[in-house]
Amino acid sequence: MKLRSIPIWVQTLVFFLVVAVVVYVAFSQGVLTEYWQQVILAGAILGISALGLNLKYGYTGLFALGHAAFYGIGAYSSALVTKDWLTQWSGSPVGGLAGLLGIESGFIAAVAVLMLIDIGHRRRALRERLMELISPFEATILSTVATILVGGAVLTVVGGGIGWLVRRIVLAVGPSVLAALPAIVSQQVVFLVALLAGAVLAALIGFLISLPLLNLTYDYLCIATLGFGVMTYVFFNNADQLIPTMKGARGMVGIPRLTTWPWVVAALAVALIVMRNLIYSSTGRAILATRDDLVAADTMGINTYQYKILAYSIGCAFAGLAGGLYAHLYAFLHPSNFTWLKSVDPFVMVVFGGVGSMTGTILGAFSFVTLLEGLRVLPAELIDWRYVIYPVILLFVMLFRPQGIMGTNEWGFLRRPRVEGKKASEDAAGAPERAPSEAPASASDS
Amino acid sequence: MKDRVIKLLLRALAWGILALIAGVVLRVIGGVIAESPVTFVQQMLNGLQLGFMYAMIAVGYTLVYGVVKLINFAYGDIFMVGAFVSFFGITQYGFSFVPALVLATIACIFLAVIIDRVAYKPLRDAPRIAALITALGMSIFLEYFTALKFVFSPDYIAFERPFELVSWEVGGVRFTNIQLVVAGVSILYFLGVQYIVGRTKIGKAMRASAFDKPTARLMGINVNAVIGATFALTGALAGTAAMLYATAYPQIFTFMGLQPGLKAFVAAVIGGIGSIPGAFVGSLIMGFTEAMTVGFVPMGSTLKDGVAFLLLIIMLLIKPTGIFGDPFEEIK
Amino acid sequence: MPQSNGNSTVLKIDGLTKFFGGLRAVHDFDVVIKEGELVGLIGPNGAGKTTIFNMITGIYPVSSGKVDFKDRTITDLPAHEVTHLGIGRTFQNIRIFPNLTVLDNVRVAYHPHARYNVFDGILRSGRFGRGEKEMTERAQEFLSVFGLDEYQDSLAANLPYGEQRRMEIARALATEPDLLLLDEPAAGMNPGEIVELMDLIHFIRDRFDLTILLIEHQMRVVMGICEWITVIDFGEIIARGTPKEIQNDPKVIEAYLGSQATRG
Repeated sequence: MKLRSIPIWVQTLVFFLVVAVVVYVAFSQGVLTEYWQQVILAGAILGISALGLNLKYGYTGLFALGHAAFYGIGAYSSALVTKDWLTQWSGSPVGGLAGLLGIESGFIAAVAVLMLIDIGHRRRALRERLMELISPFEATILSTVATILVGGAVLTVVGGGIGWLVRRIVLAVGPSVLAALPAIVSQQVVFLVALLAGAVLAALIGFLISLPLLNLTYDYLCIATLGFGVMTYVFFNNADQLIPTMKGARGMVGIPRLTTWPWVVAALAVALIVMRNLIYSSTGRAILATRDDLVAADTMGINTYQYKILAYSIGCAFAGLAGGLYAHLYAFLHPSNFTWLKSVDPFVMVVFGGVGSMTGTILGAFSFVTLLEGLRVLPAELIDWRYVIYPVILLFVMLFRPQGIMGTNEWGFLRRPRVEGKKASEDAAGAPERAPSEAPASASDS
Repeated sequence: MKDRVIKLLLRALAWGILALIAGVVLRVIGGVIAESPVTFVQQMLNGLQLGFMYAMIAVGYTLVYGVVKLINFAYGDIFMVGAFVSFFGITQYGFSFVPALVLATIACIFLAVIIDRVAYKPLRDAPRIAALITALGMSIFLEYFTALKFVFSPDYIAFERPFELVSWEVGGVRFTNIQLVVAGVSILYFLGVQYIVGRTKIGKAMRASAFDKPTARLMGINVNAVIGATFALTGALAGTAAMLYATAYPQIFTFMGLQPGLKAFVAAVIGGIGSIPGAFVGSLIMGFTEAMTVGFVPMGSTLKDGVAFLLLIIMLLIKPTGIFGDPFEEIK
Repeated sequence: MPQSNGNSTVLKIDGLTKFFGGLRAVHDFDVVIKEGELVGLIGPNGAGKTTIFNMITGIYPVSSGKVDFKDRTITDLPAHEVTHLGIGRTFQNIRIFPNLTVLDNVRVAYHPHARYNVFDGILRSGRFGRGEKEMTERAQEFLSVFGLDEYQDSLAANLPYGEQRRMEIARALATEPDLLLLDEPAAGMNPGEIVELMDLIHFIRDRFDLTILLIEHQMRVVMGICEWITVIDFGEIIARGTPKEIQNDPKVIEAYLGSQATRG
């Protein structure tokens, strides 16, 4: 078929451009009401978050219930940055950004150093050396304390140092760089940086929380991640003690409405492409192997712990990105949007659309939003039935079609790329002659 | 000789650090207690009351998990239904304490068994995650369905106590009759469940099914019936707990089962999921911690939910299988 | 153990013991295996054979004892590191990646040696293209050696049982081990398949320069291909020697026949 001969990346590009333009025109010509515009935007944003969850659950096999927490982290942090640009609540237009980038760079630097000196390994090695002299219990105490001290020192010195440095640089250079650009451009630049910083923060916190938790079996993991979600919600509720602008339970207002369709479609495209490329690469195979059979994957030389953490962190990054877009769409943030119950929403989308299918997740997200929002047109008495219908759908899917609509199928460029290379039946002329299978063949294949 | 000295020094260092940490902790706690001993005892009592209530719910979670390895997310909502049912009993039909209790208990038994049959049984052999998601879905369904106006109500409703609250003070600390009732009923139920599970035929069947379902089936045990009976038992626990909870904290709403349910489950995990004494002990610890947080930690009342989960995460890091849990349960 | 023939020691185990709580599953197990040997580990069900494998490969922590692989102590190393050092294994109940294709199952084995990292993969750089091509070709050649290349795009779960077993062995070999642990590879096979399996094992030992330690229940396989055998029961060694010697050892006979009588 002729379609196949067009390279994948061209297909992808054309597809997204077509969709982007069509919807853009529809928006600007007023074909769709404001209301439905919100629905489409919300659907795409939730789709990005749900992709992240699918990465954690569908592709890595982690039943992680705290997803909404990372959505919230991305939302609040990016909002703080852009609000700063507008209102200078921190005293400088880039104060929030500087602080955020400082924390992130400091943390990354510290973790990099700790990984370089392989602190986990050294702790075990120290413990074993000590066990030659004293009892295991005492050895554990000493090695743990030593590790904490070293880790703390690295965090303070390296992390604190680099973080402080970055912060100073941003504070010094930021305002002037941004002032040099025309106002419209600078606002978009700030938005971009805010979104990315929010996503990175979500990923870093996800990384941190995954370190102790990802070795638990999935019932315990489920409860532990749920617990983290609750703790984050409590934090958001009381965050105004720390950063007054976050306003805690009163709700954060005054966030610039910067989310537009071009941003959303671009973010969605990036998310899909990143996820697709990740899954269909060697790293992706390692992640899938971890999901299929943890022990077998370990035995194949895959450090499953490492890959679980990687997948989890990337999934959190997606949630953070989506959260940032969300914050700048509705311009209002309240902790009740980030309860652990809200973590169930992306689950419904993923399960409904198809666990382990990216296409399915996007379909699920749009279906979900359409259902909930679309049902708003119902007469007043029936409106609350929306929230009854959606768990019923979940129950139906689990009982009658647990693999979801798409199962593991994909559409278009999200499909598994064809494998190049020789096959037994396709010997082109001139190819070196392949000897028949050298292994003792089975005369009687069972 | 040098070796000996080094050994001694290291030992001393290790124990010294432990002593230091213990000392600091004790000083802080001691200081806090000494400052306001009345609050301490008061919160202790509050914690006990809370703990006894959580205990009934926690035992319910642990029973179900033990037999079907499922976190029954809908359990908190069964609890909620029990509260509403008892409310109707009291307000519409003028029931007094015991009849309302019985009504709630029966309602919850039915509900628990029905949920099992409709939602969990078809997925008995499916991957466990499917059952977990179904439980989640069932939980959300119950919460929103009962919020519809023709079912219960989306509002917060003030609960009418079936008996008068009597309290008396001793040295600044307030005791209530509710505390006694809660403690008494909870302990009674605990002993009852222990008896059923430990000494009756059906209890034995439950334990066999929990341990190895296929073999239990081969031995002639009707595993599905046993599971149904287990759910019925948990329903009874939920119904009674709900009535008591509503009496002690007289405000009911369709989401009221969320927090207590979650915390009770966490308590069960802390005590060792699958262990009934563990659930009891874990609940007391949970109640105690929560009350202490409210009493002594600044902004404690808003933070207490977070603290509960902090406790959980710490426990999961040290000994995931809980206080009374079997440490080898996780062997693949 | 039979006379040393001057080859280097590949696996040396000393005093290996495993407790599960109060239950002693393995007690004081030891063995020395030399390069190129094809050795068996047998015993009645539940004797502790798979537990020993799990301890060698880092899946279970060791209660006490030492495992040395090629003069390096590997006791309690994490499983993936054990594999990197050169030990591969198969499982009693086949553990393949059911939702991955056969080709992917093998390509996973090459992942630790992939010539590109995560970012290359996401950005689809040149290094990715080259690295992926290399891995794919190696995997395809590997599969053709085992006669599995026609299945390369099939989901592993859809393969017939015999092919799944072969794929599991192929996959273990793709990690390029020096020592291969086979856990009951003949389970569920009919006599014809068993003969093919025995040929396969000989083939791979020679083709890939392996040392092989085999757990097996089927006597025909054990007697047919193993050079010498260790017999364990209740976690302890009860006999060791050539197949002939084992066959006539009264303790072994009692363990098996006695087991038939008392364990039914």
